[in-house]
Parts: sequence; C-alpha cells; structure tokens
Amino acid sequence: MALVLNEEQQMLKESAQGFFAEYAPVSELRAQRDAGSEKGYADKLWPQMVDMGWAAILIPEEYGGLSFGHVGMAQISEQAGRTLTASPLFSTAILGVTAIVLAGNEEQKADLLGAIAEGSLTLALAIDEKSFHAPLDIEMSAERMGANYQLNGIKRAVVDGGTADKFVVAVRTSGKAGDRHGITLFLVDSSAEGVCIERTSMVDGRNSAIVSFSNVQVAESEILGELDKGFGCLSATLDAGNIQLSAELLGIAQESFDRTLQYLKERKQFGAFIGSFQALQHRAAHWWSEVELCKSVVLKALQSLDAGDEKAAAMISIAKAKLCEVAELSTNEAIQMHGGIGMTDEYEIGFFIKRARPAQALFGDYSYHANRFALLKGF
Amino acid sequence: MNNLETFRSETRDWLEHNCPKAMRQPARPGEDACWGGRNWVFSSEDQKLWLERMAAKGWTAPDWPTEYGGGGLNKAEHKILKSEMRRINARSPLDSFGIWMIGPALLKFGSEALKQQHLPPIVRGEIRWCQGYSEPNAGSDLAGLQSKGVDMGDHLIANGQKVWTSYGDKADWMFCLLRTDPEAKKQMGISLVLFDMETPGVTAKPIKLISGSSPFCETFLDDVRVEKDQIVGDINQGWTIAKYLLTHEREMIGGMGLAGVGAASLSQMAVKQLGSRHGILNDLMLRADIAKWEIDAAAFAFTAERVTDEVKSGHGVGATSAMLKYYGTELNKRRFEYIMKINGSDAMVWEGDSSNDGWAAKTWLRTKGNSIEGGTSEVQLNIIAKNILGLG
Repeated sequence: MALVLNEEQQMLKESAQGFFAEYAPVSELRAQRDAGSEKGYADKLWPQMVDMGWAAILIPEEYGGLSFGHVGMAQISEQAGRTLTASPLFSTAILGVTAIVLAGNEEQKADLLGAIAEGSLTLALAIDEKSFHAPLDIEMSAERMGANYQLNGIKRAVVDGGTADKFVVAVRTSGKAGDRHGITLFLVDSSAEGVCIERTSMVDGRNSAIVSFSNVQVAESEILGELDKGFGCLSATLDAGNIQLSAELLGIAQESFDRTLQYLKERKQFGAFIGSFQALQHRAAHWWSEVELCKSVVLKALQSLDAGDEKAAAMISIAKAKLCEVAELSTNEAIQMHGGIGMTDEYEIGFFIKRARPAQALFGDYSYHANRFALLKGF
Repeated sequence: MNNLETFRSETRDWLEHNCPKAMRQPARPGEDACWGGRNWVFSSEDQKLWLERMAAKGWTAPDWPTEYGGGGLNKAEHKILKSEMRRINARSPLDSFGIWMIGPALLKFGSEALKQQHLPPIVRGEIRWCQGYSEPNAGSDLAGLQSKGVDMGDHLIANGQKVWTSYGDKADWMFCLLRTDPEAKKQMGISLVLFDMETPGVTAKPIKLISGSSPFCETFLDDVRVEKDQIVGDINQGWTIAKYLLTHEREMIGGMGLAGVGAASLSQMAVKQLGSRHGILNDLMLRADIAKWEIDAAAFAFTAERVTDEVKSGHGVGATSAMLKYYGTELNKRRFEYIMKINGSDAMVWEGDSSNDGWAAKTWLRTKGNSIEGGTSEVQLNIIAKNILGLG
C-alpha cells in the first residue's frame, strides 16, 4: 500500500483542519482553563463533532458506523493535536469503540455502539492503578456474589473519568498481578453505588480522575468479552489508543515546529532575524528532519493496524516511542528558541509542552514502548 | 493479462534463464561488484555474462531511452524489473557513476552528439567514469573551485588539482568542473567538461584512508586539452548541472545508508554475540541504545518509502534528498559504532582470516566519511534550512 493518504482520508484531514481552526483554537483551551471548566472543552463541541460523524469513524457499518479506519481517525487526532483540543473523542470513540467492537456481544454492540454514534453515551477506560502504565499489574478485584460481581479497588489517571457515563474497567478475576490470564473487562455505570470519582486537575487542563470502587455490584451480563480473558482485548485497545496518541503528538510536534519557524523569521536580535544564525538553522533543520520521520512512522503503523498486519503491535510501539522522543524535542526546542516569551503564560507556545507530556506518558512513554518493541523483536 | 502482467511474466522468465546462479547473491562489499571500464578484469565468467546479457537488453540503465542503448522502460515496468530481480536476489550487473550520475545529467542537459557519444558505452559498461568536483581548497565551498579552463578557440586548456576523485585511478573518463570565467561571480563562471583520463597531463594518485583502503584519488591537471564540444550545456553555465548532479549523489549516498539500515539487524547480531536471558539481551545499556537505533532506522526506512510514494502520487516532495542524505549517513555511522561495541575486541582486529581481514574495523572507519562525502551533514543542514525552511 502506498504510504500516502487516499482522497477520502485527505478530505477528512482538511475538514478536521477547518473545524478545529474555527471552533477549537488554542485560545478556546485557555478560556476553558481560566473558567475552571470540569470537562476541559466547550459544551457545544462534542455534539458538533458527533454531527460531523466523527464518533462513528471506527464503528462498523452494520452497527451504524462509517468503518473509516484508524488512518481516517488519526487525521482528526493529528489536527486536534495542533489545536490542543480536548473532547470525548479519544476515550469514547477510540478506546470505548475499539474495546466494544473487539469483545462485546451482539447485544452490547447494538446498544452501545449506536448510542456512541449518536452522541448519547460517553465512556472512559480505567486500567492503571499506580502512577505508571502497567496493564498487567492489575490488582483491583471482582468477587462473585450470586448473579453479580462485587468490585473493589482504585484506578488512576482515568482520562475523562470525571464526565463519562460508563467505565470500561480492567479487573483481576484470577491469578496475580503480572499474569496475562485472569484479567476481565467490566462495564460499570459511573453513577453506580460505591463508585467514587475524584477529579484531578492536570497540567494540560484536561479532565482526568482517580476512581475508587467500594463493593460495587455489577451484573455478569456487564462483562465485556470473556471472564479472565480480557487482556487480548485490552492490549489491542491500548494499541489503538497509542497510535492515536502518536497522531496527536505528531500534530503537537508539527505545530510547535511551525510556530517556532515563524518566530525565527520574525524575531530580530543583533540587527538580524534570529533565523539567520546558523546555530539555530542547524537545530531547526535537524528538528524538521525528525518531524518528517514521525509523519512516516505514524502513517505506516496506522496502515498496518487497519490492515490487521501481525506486526501492527511492534509498529505501534515504534511509532509511539519515536513520537514521544520527537514531541519532547519539539516542545523543548519551541520554548528555548522562543526565549523569554516562551516562558510566559500569555504566549501560546507553552501550552504545547503541557499537553505533550501527559499524552506521552498515557499508555506508556518512550521507555515503555522502546522496551516493548525490543521484547517483541526478541532482544 | 494486461501489458504489465505480461511484462512481469516475460521478465521473470528471461531472468530465470539468463541470470547466472552465482549472480543471485549480493556482491561482497568492495570485492566482486562489477564496475566495468576499459581495464576491468571480470572476477568470473558469470560476472561477464551477466553484464553482457543485461547490457544487451539495456537493463543496466533500464529507464534510459532505447536510442542511447537504455531499456526504455516506463516507471511501472522499471519497478517490476527491480522487484523481479529482488525476487531471485539478483545483484546489480553494473555499478557505475556513468549510470548514476553523468548519464542522467547528459540526458537532461547534454547535446544530442554528447548523448550519442557517451551514453551507449556507459550502458554497456565499457567506459568507467569519475567525478572531478572537490579541490584542496573547495570542499564544502564547492563553488570556490579554482581549477581553470582557458579558452583557446576550439578547445580549453585545463590546469589545477582535484581531490576525492572516487576511483580516479581506475576510471576512463572524468566529468569535471572548471572555472572558465575568472571575472564572473563565483557560481557564474563554472563549466562542466568531459575528458579522457588518458589525455596527456592527467595524473591520478590514490589517497590512503584511515580505513586502509584507497577508493579516492587526487587528480592533477597539467595543460590538459579539453575539446569544446565536450562541454555539457553552455560554457560558464555548469553550476546548475553540477547542483543537479549533487542531488543525484545525495540520493545515492542516502540510499546506501538505507541499504545498511535494511541489512541484518543489530539486535540479532547482539543476541548472538552477547547472549540473552529470558529473551532480554545481557547488556542492558546497549539494549536500550540498539532499540533506539532500530526505531530510528525503521522510521527512516518508512520515510524513504513515503517520499517515493509521494512523488509517484503527485503530492510533491515532502522530504528532500538533503534530509535523506543527512539522516541516512548519520544512522549508518551510529550503526557501525554499535557493531563495534557488539563485537568487542574482535572488532578491533585489523588483519587475519578470523576477522574477515578486519571487516568490522575497516568498514566502521570508512563510514566516518559518509557524512563528509557528497556534502557534509552540516552542508545538508544548511540546504534544509535555506531551501526548505526559508531561513536566510
């Protein structure tokens, strides 16, 4: 397959560009932050995105979706990275949809996917229990109590945990932390008795939460997939999340670069534009080269995921690792090359580093994915 | 069957019958690649046969027009030929600066007479070419070259010194930059000329490198007669062609980096040499370095793929040859630093059968030149900054 966007994907990219520029520029993020918004985005934004059909991009056609694939979805993630736009798209339309499509039974698919496509249901994925991503180290328990399961435990860094209608919760039903076997995915209403949601205010101004579960009763019918065999679905859902995060980081890296390049052509010191100094030219040229590599590696991994390639997992770890590295380079260089003004809250360039780091860390940072790539490659 | 499918099956059939078995494996680096030329000694009868058969079809230069001896293939057919050759692991029948560099320049800028004279012998591997660009005082600042060509009416008299002439001692003809108008501004007074290395006054002396090999020469020009009909394009207008050729050279060197990148993986070599426990390489710090290198190498290979696909689909060039040259050569240097670490003291051996005559050490040292030849990494960064980013 040619490593370029097809016509439909290109159109989606352009429509996303226009949408975010008009309805969710970086100034909107500032407004939400300054207003202390709990969601981290304007109320009207998500219904608009749903109207554009974006909630349904990954949903199969037989469930009312568009079957447009990850390459398509990533065009939106990338543009949202450029404008630093928060929305339920990631937790609901990417993670939630992927998990339900992979593991849901017919009834769950019919109910939940339709509701997501029309914008009446939002989800949040609850996995990690410590400060680092470790999807095998799940200790939260589910005990069988008659027809129900009783859930106890705590989940951290739950993206959209403060606003979601339902959680997809990874729970240990057998074995011990570290085992692949024994992880089960449950669907839990956020309003269920015993669910306590503590909104955490994060560096990127987004909606994240610590969610604790005390003796929460969940019916057996709310298991997503098979008992004890949830890790395969979880892992695939994380892959989908990680490649979309990579696309978002690509947007952040490009926008940081574009804004800084513009600044190098405007800012004068010593009677010359600072972009005329070779010390900065070489750094900018190296940085640009790295961003070019990122474009290729993200698109390659997206295509391999859509094609169901067996190497997709390794490709995605390559992409996430590379994007973590280059997003870090990009947001650091952006501040340094802007100089003092880059340190001010008034100037927008500093917003990019604040979103980049949480996006890097979510579902595994550079070290996690470089290590995973090495393990998958047998060394 | 459509035309391309027919072409594929005919090509497969022809290769099956015509590519000698011994030519169905990569040439050992620096040993049995075929460069052709007047003084070429074939390393085997198969090497000779393979060159002759491919040259007869014009497939040493598959996409050149048939009237100059080329294969006349369109892009799709050329791609099929390459993939069919890869399928049986067939090596290139001819490595040639004629095909890679001066040939494309002649096709684009040369007169009909020059094309007729020079292209067919290049295709047949009869004439080997070298490049006379750099001078002792004109390396990165190539346009500062001082070798002169003085106009004598029907010919020029050339004087000066060239350096880093690849295989200058083995080549038959040189394409050479001369200053033909000393009064004009730097880039405006340069001509690209062609002459036979046997012309009186031409002397090529090999330069021994830190790697022990001598792939380059210094070439002295003392009152060398150059016919005026051997000027490519117009007199004093050679800089445009020179830059075009440099782009080709960058692509070529960047491509070599890519070939290295695609070669046997560092991680497999490391596991073999250093061992692993529970699937994890024994040296953890080196493991992290190798993982990073392999991630970068994969991203670079995908970028080369994307750039090619973008050109094909008419999206224009995203990344340029300058970036591929810069990144590819830096990656290749890193690759050999890791190969040295992976192989420990064995890698430091300079001579002897056990070390394949110092292959690791010598190749490692040779890679240090990758980011110098064909425009240093710093020059490539200048090109990116100025031409792509618009930083003045």
